[in-house]
Amino acid sequence: MAEVTFLEALRQGLWEEMERDDRVFMLGEDIGAYGGAFKVTDGFQKQFGEARVIDTPISEAAIVGAAAGAAHMGLRPVAEMQFIDFISCAYDMLTNYVATARYRAGLATPIVVRGPCGGYVRGGPFHSQNPEAAFFHTPGLKIVYPATARDAKGLIKASIRDEDPVIYLEHKWLYRRIKETLPEGEEILTPIGAARLAREGTDLSIITYGATVWKALEAAEQLGKEDGLSVEILDLRTLLPLDDAAIMTTVKKTNKVLIVHEDTRTGGVAGEIAARINEQAFEWLDGPIARVTAHDVPLPYASTLEDFVLPQTDDIVKAARWLAKY
Amino acid sequence: MPLHSVPEARSETPALPAELERPQLLELYRFLRLTRTLEERLVALYRQSKVIGGLFRSLGQEGESVAAAYALERGRHRDILSPLIRNLGAMLVMGAKPIEILRQYMAKAEGPTHGRELNVHFNDLDKGYLGQISHLGDMVPVMAGITLSFKMRGEPRVGLVYVGDGATSTGTFHEGLNFAAVQRCPLVVIGEYNHWAYTTPPEKQYAVKDLAEKAKGYGVHAVTVDGNDVLAVYAATKHAVERARRGKGVHFIEVKTYRRKGHAEHDDQSYQPKDEIERWAQQNDPVDRFVKQLLDNTWAEAAELADIDRAVKDEVDQATDACVNDPLPLPETALPGVYVQPAAAERLWFRGL
Repeated sequence: MAEVTFLEALRQGLWEEMERDDRVFMLGEDIGAYGGAFKVTDGFQKQFGEARVIDTPISEAAIVGAAAGAAHMGLRPVAEMQFIDFISCAYDMLTNYVATARYRAGLATPIVVRGPCGGYVRGGPFHSQNPEAAFFHTPGLKIVYPATARDAKGLIKASIRDEDPVIYLEHKWLYRRIKETLPEGEEILTPIGAARLAREGTDLSIITYGATVWKALEAAEQLGKEDGLSVEILDLRTLLPLDDAAIMTTVKKTNKVLIVHEDTRTGGVAGEIAARINEQAFEWLDGPIARVTAHDVPLPYASTLEDFVLPQTDDIVKAARWLAKY
Repeated sequence: MPLHSVPEARSETPALPAELERPQLLELYRFLRLTRTLEERLVALYRQSKVIGGLFRSLGQEGESVAAAYALERGRHRDILSPLIRNLGAMLVMGAKPIEILRQYMAKAEGPTHGRELNVHFNDLDKGYLGQISHLGDMVPVMAGITLSFKMRGEPRVGLVYVGDGATSTGTFHEGLNFAAVQRCPLVVIGEYNHWAYTTPPEKQYAVKDLAEKAKGYGVHAVTVDGNDVLAVYAATKHAVERARRGKGVHFIEVKTYRRKGHAEHDDQSYQPKDEIERWAQQNDPVDRFVKQLLDNTWAEAAELADIDRAVKDEVDQATDACVNDPLPLPETALPGVYVQPAAAERLWFRGL
């Protein structure tokens, strides 16, 4: 048993898959000799060689396109976006080429596109984004977004083994903040498409993912102590496909739902979850489905501005109180 | 308007390229004729509304399509080519069957994509071709990845990708070409300078004279050839393919040619000077030029070519008869196959009402 950070758990998952399967290789900007902007791939090139840990030009579309081509030929590429904000440069390649390949042409494209996402780190508009909603609308892609070290490891391994393209979002605020003791010598695989009950409760459900899982947990502790509220928290872990069964189970248990995400509100994943609850569990609701999200602005740099724009623990506490009283 | 893409002095009839024997010359002719005859059949089916989507002709460009593909090694685990909509001839060379093309254009259930995709957007990696998507330039990075896999595995295989002159304005073309150049991928890029990107002429598309100039900017070995000279395109591609196979990296071959039909069959070509189209048809048709070479050099007899023409027409007739009345796909077959898991998309609730 050893305590590891979220980032180390992710590294372990990547390392194990590189060791297990020589079809797995990595490509991205500055990932080789330097080990990546956040050192996720530090030491990989030394261990696995330049042919399997490839430093690329600054060309996200080419990185993803080349990964797709290699995947068609039976390889298992893991492409790093240095910051996930730059995945938009590969939007065409992912949504038009990669996502449609199996359906339109029977082409297997088992690629993973991973990279650091998220705010709370004073990264400004272009180093803080959460791009999930831009891809959530695209049949053919999968999107995973781990919140724990265990799932960081389990989901990267499952993503690499998946037969279809996976966007793997890793929150940089969690990289070195979250620590967890993971068993050694036991393989950790987190199934794609399965949510995780992060906290059991009876009065109200918070459905969330990524960094806001931890903010929701803080809020739940506070609500328990100060208000006597029993809050259940569902960590989605996979956004595409959504775990409808787990969502409806918690809705039917507590009858009140707060959906929390760090991404902006309009067109965000919370809207889709609310629509599905409306369709599948309308009679079970004792109140409106509420959302706590970022404000609909590009993410600003100054701490005062960023903290205002992004959802904070206190926002979740207040929204939950409002909903509990409804 | 000068025909600036036609070489000022037409070269003497080239010597027979060393690797080509008489049967191969006749086979090249057969692919040229098959391409043209099949497209003419597709036009007829289009006018009968049996081709339910757009129809894209390669009239005037058959030579470079067929000749470039003919320079590849064909067969399972051999070279891989990614064609564009005007490279029907290249797909036929690689082993696509006329009936597959016909079914695909008519959206038949038994077609290669079972009615999901249009025109020549389909693939058979065993035969060695990978279908394009409509986003021009995107196949360059994808083919960079395919050829990267050849390099990583030490396989003596080569990839070939076509880009149109208009597509050389896209970001993915530049990213892909640069990526492949840096990685020294065994990739041959055929740049088709056909003068018209839908309605846009070259001078509104780029400020260089030759597309090869762009490729040279990436450290890529690049040449410009007469795209309507079948043997010249074959020789240039063969040379590039062999170099790429020997680890010499990316090669770019610009083929100067001319799109004699509109962007698609619906297009009235109002923007193309009529005399320009006429001149290319009269003076620089790739099939006519190849036939002349075959006959002038006594590499073939006129009767042999007529036999091929008849056989090709029979083949296209038979393929048409075999599929023209086939059914379209069943509606529910739209749902499976987006992913391995889940195996099918959900049928929505209102369809059960």
